Amino acid sequence: MTTIDRRLAPTTLAPPLWRRRSRLQRAASAVLPLLRRPGFSLALLVVLFALVAAVSPSLLSSFDPYATAPAAKLSAPSLGHWFGTDELGRDLYTRVVYGASLSVLAAFLAVGIALVGGLGLGILSGFAGGRIDAVLMRFIDVLLALPGLLLALAIVTAIGFGTVPVAIAVGVGIIPGFARTTRAEVLRVKTLPYVEAARLGGASWRRTLLRHILPNAWGPVAVLATLDFGAAILATAGLSFLGFGAAPPAAEWGTLIANGRHFLITAPWVSLLPGLFLVAVVFSLNHIARTFEEIQR
Amino acid sequence: MTADNNLLIDVRQLSVGYRSGGQTLLAVQRLSLSMAQGETVAIVGESGSGKSTLANAILGLLPDHAQISAGQLWVGGNDLSHASERQKRLQRGRTVGLVPQDPMVSLNPTLRTGQQIAEALILAKGKRYPGVDADIVELLQQVGIDKPVLRARQYPHELSGGMRQRVLIAIALAGNPRLIIADEPTSALDVTVQRKILDHLQRLVSERGISLLIITHDLGVAIDRADRILVMKQGEVVEQGPPRQILANPRHDYTRALIAAAPAFARRQEPLARSDATHAPILRLHNVGKTFSLPKVKGEDPTFVALQDLSLQVYPGQTLAIVGESGSGKSTALRIALGLEKPTRGQVWFEQQDVTTLSWREFRPLRQRLQLVQQNPFAALDPRFTVFDSIVEPLVSFGRLKGAALEHAARELIGRVHLPVSFLDRLPRELSGGQCQRVAIARALALKPDLLLLDEPVSALDVSVQAHILDLLEELQREMGIAYVLVSHDLSVVANFAHEVLVLRNGKVVEQGTVEQIFNRPGSDYTRELIAAIPGSVAASAA
Repeated sequence: MTTIDRRLAPTTLAPPLWRRRSRLQRAASAVLPLLRRPGFSLALLVVLFALVAAVSPSLLSSFDPYATAPAAKLSAPSLGHWFGTDELGRDLYTRVVYGASLSVLAAFLAVGIALVGGLGLGILSGFAGGRIDAVLMRFIDVLLALPGLLLALAIVTAIGFGTVPVAIAVGVGIIPGFARTTRAEVLRVKTLPYVEAARLGGASWRRTLLRHILPNAWGPVAVLATLDFGAAILATAGLSFLGFGAAPPAAEWGTLIANGRHFLITAPWVSLLPGLFLVAVVFSLNHIARTFEEIQR
Repeated sequence: MTADNNLLIDVRQLSVGYRSGGQTLLAVQRLSLSMAQGETVAIVGESGSGKSTLANAILGLLPDHAQISAGQLWVGGNDLSHASERQKRLQRGRTVGLVPQDPMVSLNPTLRTGQQIAEALILAKGKRYPGVDADIVELLQQVGIDKPVLRARQYPHELSGGMRQRVLIAIALAGNPRLIIADEPTSALDVTVQRKILDHLQRLVSERGISLLIITHDLGVAIDRADRILVMKQGEVVEQGPPRQILANPRHDYTRALIAAAPAFARRQEPLARSDATHAPILRLHNVGKTFSLPKVKGEDPTFVALQDLSLQVYPGQTLAIVGESGSGKSTALRIALGLEKPTRGQVWFEQQDVTTLSWREFRPLRQRLQLVQQNPFAALDPRFTVFDSIVEPLVSFGRLKGAALEHAARELIGRVHLPVSFLDRLPRELSGGQCQRVAIARALALKPDLLLLDEPVSALDVSVQAHILDLLEELQREMGIAYVLVSHDLSVVANFAHEVLVLRNGKVVEQGTVEQIFNRPGSDYTRELIAAIPGSVAASAA
């Protein structure tokens, strides 16, 4: 240590050609090595495909998802129809691609609700402590005690059917996990010396919270968000499968799978291929979450 | 090829390398060392000098990515350089025992101390034998633990750091080894405890004829204890010999630097003159007391008196040192001065203003004149902030500077603490402990304070790095006229640095006076004990 100190001492006299390194440069140096991992790259590709499908599905398929062709109903996967066709002759691949927008939107909405609600509750109770903490955490305990899907079903029944209500229901269901994680991290970071140093340096509570506590408490919560994004896709699909989600003509992953269950013996691809695609997306998200968790250590 | 059987350890031309990313970094280079039965040898070097790698090699505990690339390693008549894991296991505990570095984390928190000693005993003597409980008690008695029957049934968290270190020594002794390796055995402990434990270890070892290999960064400890000293630098032995010779005529520049860094051997400067009373004190604590209330336990006092009747004055441009062991209330005093805790009794004055009852918001303007440097430099910096962000943080918080002026200020501050400008882009994890502490000091200086509170600023650092940081602090005081309050458990740190010393014990002031008074005419037994505990003081007074 000392030797380094001493060796570097003269260089302080060198002309100060130093410029601040931008945030982008630092982020790039952190992310680029990850892309060399084949598993991570593959997972990222699958997720990107789903996101592109959600934003502009017409890029990925030239068919119309609603165009029926009774002559070609329930045809097996082929070069023309990659995933085959359903009972009305609609191209299944196109419907999966078009279904992404509803599913991904619902998942984003659900995770968004969970993040905002969970972070808010977690920070409030971790930061305020005392009675507020006790009351909030008991409320969270109650939410945790109810099975997520049951809670979602109750909420959907109360506020009505459709994609957005389903997303809200799923989001509320995963709030407790976020609140708990955030609170634990805030409690840990709050007592660290550098937070005290920032306070003594004259930083206001707001500044301390936003610049020191949140960024350092954020890691595990971000991992949880990635992980729960997959879980939210699965949960919305599950609720759609049960018939609470998107109404029939609209393509949605859960509805697609539900549709095919009548032809499971004669035309298994109608359920199976959308289901496998859903599994691939959720697995990819889990893998990405796990990679992030690993590099944080 | 056979080893000389009289030698317990015979290391010949040993090289150990760490593989990382296709490259091999040699941590130990062509090192030779031999130890006879009953000898005490000390290896001295800074962090990264390869001394722990050597100890791990002797124990056969090198990590997977380390590799013995050349040389031989004879321990107790066996060559360990190419031995199997099974052979190495036979050596551990029975031939070589280890007293690890950090007593706080080296015991299993879920097992009673007795069970952990029993584990070592059973490993050494075979099956669970009938006398194991008696042996545990005897071992605990030998390492100087009172009430051994009770202690054996307690868990590690119920014992103090010193007692845990004694339990670790008992575990090392359990296998009746021929050599004990003590890896920085006491650097995590208070100086007085450190001295008692080293005394005890040395007595046990000489009674039983065990060899002792002390690994330390503190030349003072080595000179007091060892028959022979090896000085290591970057994996090589730069010098070896008996302590007297090393101290009297060191041949290598590096050894000279180490001697200069060890506080006990540093020539005491002229005691720094105390300023006349015409100056008004910048900080004044008047009869300050602090009582904490504890969770109610039946039959115990519900309150804990951390501080009693503390009065002190700090004058501009001068240093007041507060010395005491852990639990003496010195950190509490600092926190009260900073306004982080409210005193139960007494007043705190900053210049002409009574700040005792100020709220956080009212205190905030004063923060620009009063800053803190914390104990653990690694935890004191936000891991996500670059050095630049950390240093200018107080300036941004107070909204003093922006943009180019901010970058200019950062360049100036980092120059003040003698770090290269390119370091501004680094993150704390890319810095060494000494460099982190420099950054923390630069951050404290950002607002150009008049008073800096230093909470054990060097206790987490190597001795030689300590000396550099203290030099830096002294230089800053000369140039900028800052007043310091230095809190330390080590009187040797204070000797060349402070104008005035205050010795605290159990929340009470034991003694207060100038450095010259405290060191040359100590008025209390406790102060004398603290002075005697400075490592190397035996040799220094003899020389």
